[in-house]
Amino acid sequence: MVDALLGSAVQLLTPEGERVEHPDFDITLTDAELRSLYRDMVLVRRLDAEATALQRQGEIGLWASSLGQEAAQVGSAHSLRSSDYAFPTYRDHGVSWCRGVQPMEILAMFRGITNGGWDPIARRCSLYTIVIGNQVLHAAGYAMGVQLDGADEAVIVYFGDGATDEGDVNEAFVLGADYQLPLVYFCENNQWAISSPRDRFNRAPLYQRAAGFGFPGVRVDGNDILAVMAVTRMALDRARSGGGPTLVEAFTYRMGAHTTSDDPTRYRHAEDLEIWRLRDPIERLKVYLARNGMADRSYFDQVDHEAADLAVLVRDGVRAMAAPAPETMFDHVYVDPTAELVAQRAGLIAYEESFAEGLTA
Amino acid sequence: MTELTIAKALNAGLRRAMEHDSRVVLMGEDIGRLGGVFRITDGLQKDFGEHRVIDSPLAESAIVGAAVGLAMRGYRPVVEIQFDGFVYPAFDQIVSQVAKTLRRSEGAVRMPVVIRIPYGGGIGAVEHHSESPEAYFVHTAGLRVLTPSDPGAAYRTIQQAIACDDPVVYLEPKRRYWDKGEVDLAADVRSGDPWCSRLLREGTDVTVACYGPMVRTCLEAASAADVSVEVIDLQSLSPLDLDPVAASVERTGHLVVVHEASKTGGLGAEVAARITERCFYSLEAPVLRVTGYDVPYPASRLEEHFLPDLDRVLDAVDRSLAW
Repeated sequence: MVDALLGSAVQLLTPEGERVEHPDFDITLTDAELRSLYRDMVLVRRLDAEATALQRQGEIGLWASSLGQEAAQVGSAHSLRSSDYAFPTYRDHGVSWCRGVQPMEILAMFRGITNGGWDPIARRCSLYTIVIGNQVLHAAGYAMGVQLDGADEAVIVYFGDGATDEGDVNEAFVLGADYQLPLVYFCENNQWAISSPRDRFNRAPLYQRAAGFGFPGVRVDGNDILAVMAVTRMALDRARSGGGPTLVEAFTYRMGAHTTSDDPTRYRHAEDLEIWRLRDPIERLKVYLARNGMADRSYFDQVDHEAADLAVLVRDGVRAMAAPAPETMFDHVYVDPTAELVAQRAGLIAYEESFAEGLTA
Repeated sequence: MTELTIAKALNAGLRRAMEHDSRVVLMGEDIGRLGGVFRITDGLQKDFGEHRVIDSPLAESAIVGAAVGLAMRGYRPVVEIQFDGFVYPAFDQIVSQVAKTLRRSEGAVRMPVVIRIPYGGGIGAVEHHSESPEAYFVHTAGLRVLTPSDPGAAYRTIQQAIACDDPVVYLEPKRRYWDKGEVDLAADVRSGDPWCSRLLREGTDVTVACYGPMVRTCLEAASAADVSVEVIDLQSLSPLDLDPVAASVERTGHLVVVHEASKTGGLGAEVAARITERCFYSLEAPVLRVTGYDVPYPASRLEEHFLPDLDRVLDAVDRSLAW
């Protein structure tokens, strides 16, 4: 069934790690580039595993796992130039990682100490947007700005298969087509919108929607990082050269739960997971690297050591992240605080201090 | 001084803002070639080009969502929602994104977005064209809410809203679009402060606080009253500037708040609560409210019974004094 669905998808590396040809897409990467793709995927997976464990230990409130989607995220983000701008979802830790967002910056929101975590302008990577699909319109507006500036930049926006039900996503398709925006719509079809399977609300393949809006749509094997890069690069080049938007549907699978609050055993079968475990994006690239002499045992060991170091950094870092002072909730509500907020802030501080005085008296 | 309608004053203010700052872009449905259904943007696309006066798809969430992205890119988008009742598809973007992005980014990303909305009734329109949604926006932290009541205020405050680095919901009293008044087109008003109430008529017996389309109604009521009525235009609904109202109530001891929007949970309730907190010992009567009723906006043949008018304002003034 998976193979039938993937029939139309661009693939350059089979699940067994065999390099194959595609009539329209190809990519040439150096051994060092290929190794860095592997390294990023391994590190992001370790970050994800540690975060899941930290949630189980009560150290973070929630985690949306990226497990299984590393090739789609890392491959597409590696296709960006530093001057391009990315709008990720809350599951795109591989994207934010590749944009230089630090692990503690990613985890701060899930730790519950901020609703953001990083400077989106400095990272050229917007903050995670929790309302499904909202960010797709932001990306369209940002791309309008790029177009007005006449800048040689592209914008990529991420969303899931579930988000394609949202009006905002479809309205953003209209904007992209209407203004021929320098924008790549990157849909990670991970097959599940919490408990709703992909085909429940999508009678036609998602990538085919693009045709109705008047721009190209491409389905790519989302667990094949080479194909993801080849297709995303094409779409980004097209965007930068004034060719307009492209919808990329990365066909992948959410190997974990929707979030740590979810229990997927209530709605999906274990055998489905087994099918997709055999299509794992990291194993696939590892086999390819090893078989073709592009990386050896010592390299893989070195990456594993780095992952272990990252795990320690994540565990220690999260535990050390303390909540900010309560009155900071009044910061940045407005550029300059209103008189009412100044008064409310002072009221909170005085109220909290009244207990401290009571204790010392 | 030049005599202009509110509609023309807004047009002149938008033009001035666009001349001053090339990052100001306008976006909305039918605002380009048509000049908007109320002609507020008339002629601006011809003079500034399609890239700065952008005809949008018929999609309100897209208009506001795109404005968020434009603001992230450093632009100062001024978007038009065609009618009050059509802002709700964009409500999610306004509440979840426009209002919260500065806070979420801890100050890194400003949202200098102006969302212009013609609002209020009194024009005999079909359903969804006569609503007063201001309380939703006032209740949302991170937004500022302005509503002008005359051409001079319209010319000033639209420019000040555009110059503001916070998002502003700018509510235009549509039935007053054609009211005329004096406008000082020569004045450079951008740096002025619109976040204040305006004492428009002095009086000694009763204070009437109002805003937007009700300001003219209340001024007419004050002229017709046989007692002395002080009229204050709130103008800035968020943040509220109640210092002039409190100072007035300390003199008159009576306050009536007037708005078209429904009563429960409306601005009148907030003004009443705050003035009661501040002026408890000055008040000689409870703060009274003259508002629309707690019903969906009625069909147009009934709207004159729904909308506060001169007589209902005077009735409340009398009731307050007789308390």
